[in-house]
Amino acid sequence: MPKAERVFRTEAIVLRRQDIGEADRLLLLLTPDHGKFRAVAHGTRKPAARKTGHVELFTLVDMLIRRRGEWYVVAQAETKNAFLLLREDLVRNTYANHLAELLDRFTSDQDSSRAEFDLLARALGWLCEDLDPRTAARYYEIRLLALAGFAPSLHYCSVGQEPLEPQDQFFSVADGGVICPDHYFEQAHGMPISLTALKVLRHMQTQPWDAIKALHINTPLHLELERLTLAYITYLLEQRLQSVEFLRRLRREEL
Amino acid sequence: MSKAVPLPVTRLIEALSRLPGIGPKSASRLTYYLLRAPDELSHTLAEALSELKSQTRYCSVCYNITEEDPCAICADTQRDSTQVVVVEEPLDVLAVERTGAFQGRYHVLHGALSPVEGIGPEDLKIGELVRRVQQGGILEIIIATNPGVEGDATAMYLQRQLTPLGVKVTRLARGLPTGGDLEYVDSVTLLRALQGRHEM
Ligand SMILES: [Zn+2]
Ligand SMILES: [Zn+2]
Repeated sequence: MPKAERVFRTEAIVLRRQDIGEADRLLLLLTPDHGKFRAVAHGTRKPAARKTGHVELFTLVDMLIRRRGEWYVVAQAETKNAFLLLREDLVRNTYANHLAELLDRFTSDQDSSRAEFDLLARALGWLCEDLDPRTAARYYEIRLLALAGFAPSLHYCSVGQEPLEPQDQFFSVADGGVICPDHYFEQAHGMPISLTALKVLRHMQTQPWDAIKALHINTPLHLELERLTLAYITYLLEQRLQSVEFLRRLRREEL
Repeated sequence: MSKAVPLPVTRLIEALSRLPGIGPKSASRLTYYLLRAPDELSHTLAEALSELKSQTRYCSVCYNITEEDPCAICADTQRDSTQVVVVEEPLDVLAVERTGAFQGRYHVLHGALSPVEGIGPEDLKIGELVRRVQQGGILEIIIATNPGVEGDATAMYLQRQLTPLGVKVTRLARGLPTGGDLEYVDSVTLLRALQGRHEM
């Protein structure tokens, strides 16, 4: 029996895309209400096709999607926000890649929600502001980690759970947050985190973007924040990928 | 795949499904078509496939696919060696050649930058292009990467790498596609067409 066709209108952000067939593209879309899915955009490698230019990476698009079973096809597309500066600035463009990649890695097809969509849509806009893009990237990472259930513990020691003193501390990726000097010296893993960096991260966890972008963050502080968040994210993703690998193996062995 | 299917059949299906645009279903269909078709088709195909790799190579100058090294375009002394058009794929060379308007030479990158897909500069023939420019004799690099995020990023990266070497770096003008209605054109394309307007 042929499956019923469903048509729906949605906003979408193009996370990834690849060329398929003669002139088509396969898009990985993130949407507010339909999660993350792959959709075919027919003819979009031809310059004169109507949808070409409206299915670009890292753009916010209004789409009409036709769904038949597991197949999604882009019927119409119109750009709502092209985030133009990302197209003109290589560093900002690379950060946009980073945001999209993280979103893809931290969400599975079903569990991505409106919150993740809103975060990415706003973050692409922050990257276009006249501001160091690292601030936007770090803020996005901290918010995404929270949405994915991996918010780092920044107020209590992740080992002993006692409140942290206002002083330089350590950060342990394996314990999921800051650990106090006493526990650091007991178990000897973790990396130093300055009190200033800790304060900025706490701000990022709770404050709106307008408050964050007003912060003055100098280069050494940027480097420290980047080292911390990327170490934590890399650790989490490796853990995650290993579990995915294992699940795949179990599935294979079941057959 | 079921044990009822002979190994040679499974092998071809699996190999075909690794091709772009071909899923497992099309791969099976092609495989069973070949089984029914005259032997001659399979032999021709097998021969063509093995020669595809053994009889072709990269041109050591421009990295286009060629039988002879250097390729016919790089070997042609009538062509202008001071101008080089940089493209993503070998097929793009043919597209520019079809215009008949360009008499210089080419450089094929074999892809475009895409960090989200894990494609970085070292995966493309960018270092080779830099060395080619450093060897001297090239006055203008004309970047003809595809319009779009990946092509834009590649163009910006090339500009960063090449401009310090003292070569003139230009990019193909981007404008409105012929045959398209203005109302369907996206804002980036329209803006660039506006920036690139010319007096009539
Ligand atoms: Zn402690
Ligand atoms: Zn050549």
